[in-house]
Amino acid sequence: MITEREQVPEAVTMPDRTTSGRASRFLRNYGPALLLIVVAIGLWELLIRVLDVPQYLWPAPSVVARAVGSNAHLILSATGVTVREIIFGFLISVAAGLAIGSALHFSKTVRRAVYPILIASQSVPTPVFAAILAIVLGFGIGPKLAVIGLFCFFPIVVNTVDGLSNVDPDYIRMMRTLHASRKDIFRKVEFPSALPLIFSGCRIAASYAAIGAVFGEWTGSDSGLGYEITQAQPQLNTPLVFALVMVLTILALLLFGLVSLVERYTIPWAKRREQT
Amino acid sequence: MTMQGNGADASIQVSGVRQVFGQTVALDGIDLDIREHSRVGIVGPSGCGKSTLLFQIGGLLEPTAGSIAVGGTHVAKDRLARCALMPQKDLLLPWRTALDNACIALENLGVRKAEARNRTRPLFDRFGLEEFADQMPWQLSGGMRQRVAFLRTLMAGKDILLLDEPFAALDSITRAQMQEWLLGALEQEPKTVLLVTHDVDEALLLTHHIVVFSARPGRIVRTLETSFPRDIPRREVVTSPEFAGLKEQALEALE
Repeated sequence: MITEREQVPEAVTMPDRTTSGRASRFLRNYGPALLLIVVAIGLWELLIRVLDVPQYLWPAPSVVARAVGSNAHLILSATGVTVREIIFGFLISVAAGLAIGSALHFSKTVRRAVYPILIASQSVPTPVFAAILAIVLGFGIGPKLAVIGLFCFFPIVVNTVDGLSNVDPDYIRMMRTLHASRKDIFRKVEFPSALPLIFSGCRIAASYAAIGAVFGEWTGSDSGLGYEITQAQPQLNTPLVFALVMVLTILALLLFGLVSLVERYTIPWAKRREQT
Repeated sequence: MTMQGNGADASIQVSGVRQVFGQTVALDGIDLDIREHSRVGIVGPSGCGKSTLLFQIGGLLEPTAGSIAVGGTHVAKDRLARCALMPQKDLLLPWRTALDNACIALENLGVRKAEARNRTRPLFDRFGLEEFADQMPWQLSGGMRQRVAFLRTLMAGKDILLLDEPFAALDSITRAQMQEWLLGALEQEPKTVLLVTHDVDEALLLTHHIVVFSARPGRIVRTLETSFPRDIPRREVVTSPEFAGLKEQALEALE
């Protein structure tokens, strides 16, 4: 009601709290995707074997699985490094996105000055920055966080600005007659009603964070999933490259799921929106 | 009473008010003199600038020409400090319980949340809403939501209420209940009330004076005095010849 938002599909289905209800809901929600993945992996394995594709070109799933097994230690330690970068980089971009978005909302002058630059910054290929950042900030975690931040903050900024400015002016008028200051209106009306859109921005950012980490590691690092990819590729160790990419994909999905989970518990009222 | 105004008189003087939006004249030549604790109904067709006049009186909008005094002051900020606005939409915040929605004015004044709740809850009890205080807005019916919105308006402690078609979104049975409830509430908390409505019956039942506006540009075409004693049941009031006579005059002025 305060801001326009697409309907959340779960809001339509009745909550079923029984165990079998949960199981069937899980199947309904994730079953099609799981089935598709299983079928795709099966087809992939079959095609590679039938066409006899060399594994340095395109390894079969079974070969990738074996690569995971034989490189378990390397993958695990690389994952640890990259997870740290993704989480901190994502948190930094959320903080930066919210701060910049709010600043743009509060001042028309700031918005006119900064918005075009922000949009322009998005058309610069981030790896270019990555190289410069590596030179300035060194080989530590700093440049990776900066690259992830550059990748992720933009959707959060845009959605924050949109969410804050989409508030029905009747709410603002009502609040003004109820002794509200500008700060009260921001804290009690604008910010909460922007949260659904802010979370949408965070989910987009979450899906970018893993790519950001890889780009960050490509230009200057000695560990992490992206770094291991750059090591495995020249050796034509394609099964390991595939295994590393798979881990990255899972990390991105997990972060996305985590954001959705936080959203569900932070703004449960958003699902009831269409009823109010 | 717990909810007192700031002591200055709650009268409203509007003289020669005109409002122009771009090329459109929304209001023209509006003069009104509203005494403290009187209730005035404004009836008029859609787009006649009724809501605009409420925004102007409440200090949310400066008129293009003319002057408005609320309790003797012409300053917009001071007018805003005296008036509370209740619109047609209940505008309850979906992330706050009914009680916390009603607390918002006190919170804006810097009262701590727990203290604000302690001061607001008795009002829920008094107006028969105690069992709804801790529910979320989506759990409440349209009528209940409007009642909570009214309590929220009362908790601002203002002595002038600007009601902008507060019951227009409700079905007719709920609306009739809400009108009775509002009269009861105003007996407990005397206020200066400006009620904007499409509904002539509502204006006749709830107010002492009715001002009929013309279509755009809104001008006052008729004023009527109404006074139906509260101890007579509603059905007898609305079927009485006096009521029918006043209604006819109002409807005639609206044509």
